[in-house]
Amino acid sequence: MNQGGRWKIRWGLVIFITPVLLWLFLLIVLPQVDMFIMAIRAENDLGDPGFTLSNFTLFFSEPIYWRTFARTALFSILVTALTFVITMPVAFFITKVVSTKFQGFLSLLILMPFWVSELVRVYGWMILLRESGVINHFMVGLGLWDKPVELLYNDATMIMGLVYTSMLFMLVPLISVLESLDNSLIEAAYDLGGNVRTVFTRIIIPHCMPGIVSGSIVVFMLTLGNYLTPNLMGGKNSLWFTEQIYNQFIASFNWNQGSAFGFLLLILSSAIIWAGLKLTGQRLGKVVQ
Amino acid sequence: MQIDLSVQDVVKTFKAFTAVDRVSFEVETGKFFSILGPSGCGKTTLLRMISGFFEPSSGTISINGKNMAGTPPNKRPVNLIFQNLALFPMMNVGQNIAFGLERQRESKAVIREKTASILERVGLPGFENKKVDQLSGGQRQRVAIARSLVLEPAVLLLDEPLGALDLKLREQMKIELKTLQTEVGTTFVYITHDQSEALVMSDHVAVMNQGRFEQVDTPRNLYINPGTPFVAKFVGENNLWEARLKTSNGDLATIETPEGHEFKAAVPRAMGPGTAVDLFIRPEAIVLEPEPSLTDLNRFDIHVASVLFDGANSRLLAKLPQTGHDIQVSLPQTRQFDHIRPGDTITAGWDPSSAMVFPKETP
Repeated sequence: MNQGGRWKIRWGLVIFITPVLLWLFLLIVLPQVDMFIMAIRAENDLGDPGFTLSNFTLFFSEPIYWRTFARTALFSILVTALTFVITMPVAFFITKVVSTKFQGFLSLLILMPFWVSELVRVYGWMILLRESGVINHFMVGLGLWDKPVELLYNDATMIMGLVYTSMLFMLVPLISVLESLDNSLIEAAYDLGGNVRTVFTRIIIPHCMPGIVSGSIVVFMLTLGNYLTPNLMGGKNSLWFTEQIYNQFIASFNWNQGSAFGFLLLILSSAIIWAGLKLTGQRLGKVVQ
Repeated sequence: MQIDLSVQDVVKTFKAFTAVDRVSFEVETGKFFSILGPSGCGKTTLLRMISGFFEPSSGTISINGKNMAGTPPNKRPVNLIFQNLALFPMMNVGQNIAFGLERQRESKAVIREKTASILERVGLPGFENKKVDQLSGGQRQRVAIARSLVLEPAVLLLDEPLGALDLKLREQMKIELKTLQTEVGTTFVYITHDQSEALVMSDHVAVMNQGRFEQVDTPRNLYINPGTPFVAKFVGENNLWEARLKTSNGDLATIETPEGHEFKAAVPRAMGPGTAVDLFIRPEAIVLEPEPSLTDLNRFDIHVASVLFDGANSRLLAKLPQTGHDIQVSLPQTRQFDHIRPGDTITAGWDPSSAMVFPKETP
């Protein structure tokens, strides 16, 4: 009977782990299982439900679907890369160039727009860019443009909007890794004969890699799964895969097809993140710390 | 002798603050030169000007006879060992050492060969594939030195590299550094606030205070003949009396202390009677219970406050009975003074030639 101790329930552990397990099960596992079951079901010609892979095969046989899919993936990678290229100098400036007094102030300035919802921020862009918008008003008023130009609803604007939306999620991890970079490492590399390029590629980038990868994962997933910004700023031309899913669920009311697309999106994002981690030699466990 | 590093009238000001004030010195090839000063005296600023991270506000810095004005750190033939060593944690030991060689576009074979030979030189053969965080404090030190020495700099600058080590290792590294420097023959410029590091390792030491050099001399001369009261106070332990010169007869003067003692002391230059002076006597220059036959000694009574036992460095902490002025006296561990207990009053004496007398600094 002295084994009784081993079977004693550790209530502390149970109390802490139950909400996590409930959350994982009810909000992640259960809906996904249901989605999967839905995705492999369809009605046959007679209207009787049955199991089939037709929802998935349709994706490959209908070019509009897989082309939208590929386009979304490539644009998301592009947005992630652009976000990194823009935020890296900003993060470096905030952490290494300005005096410590201004660091907090500058970070706050960058954070501030994000107190407003994404919807409102995108509408802000629309007010600026639309045909009757602020920029057109000024350019035509100054006589630089003959007639108003529609600046919305093209790929460049949509990518700009997506980069803008994602910036903070790249900036925060970059600032935190750059803050942990000892300035004397940069000076030592410079002292040993390094120039700006070699210091950047050999010292700063390797040091920042965990931050770059975690920022990139977040930005990539948010962009890939974004519905609002492509829809509002890219309009009908955006051809974002989330819109296809939305259309299946809401417009066509074909939940089975929508579920299949949703599943494909999940597989796509997982595959690209896995490839990205392999490519940069990082491990997920280290990156998410 | 060839001059490797020449610093002439260098001034560095930050807004209203003058960090380095008209400093001039020269270092001959192959010498170990130290700059010793308290923190905030401007020694790091001076070192950063030599390495190129700061430009002097005025004055010139020449290395190997070439004026370095406008030359960035990556183009100067000097390398700096940082206080925290700044080893690259993202690289292994071999890559750390190869970093500078790669920047000089050396071939892979040469890099491998030079890396192996410098690691051997610093006593870490075969350490190429170790990670930086696997190294001990002393090993990191040696890798940092190897990383700079492999580039064969004209001058190696060291910014208090031993500061982070524990005492035992620091003592050991002092000797190692000196040995290494003698072997490779590279000119070292070493800055530190630790006088023992400076005295043990250096050929010449500059004592720096508030942006200026107080004295540049050999370690021995700094200790025996300090040029200024600051050097007397900063290099080694010293007892200070604020006293008054009574009469002066050539280089021997009679000095009256606030306690009413009249001491005979050697003075470096003639001073008029009545001059306020600072009188310094080293703890080891004071003889306890001197033989009555030694008639030249200045004698006085001290009241033992406590005995600080520290092996060969043991001291008496004593007070002068008249004024309570604190005084430190070396306590030789020859068993001769074992009877001394706190509370005793004993006689002490010192030779007139062991005093250091300076006219009182006017603040």
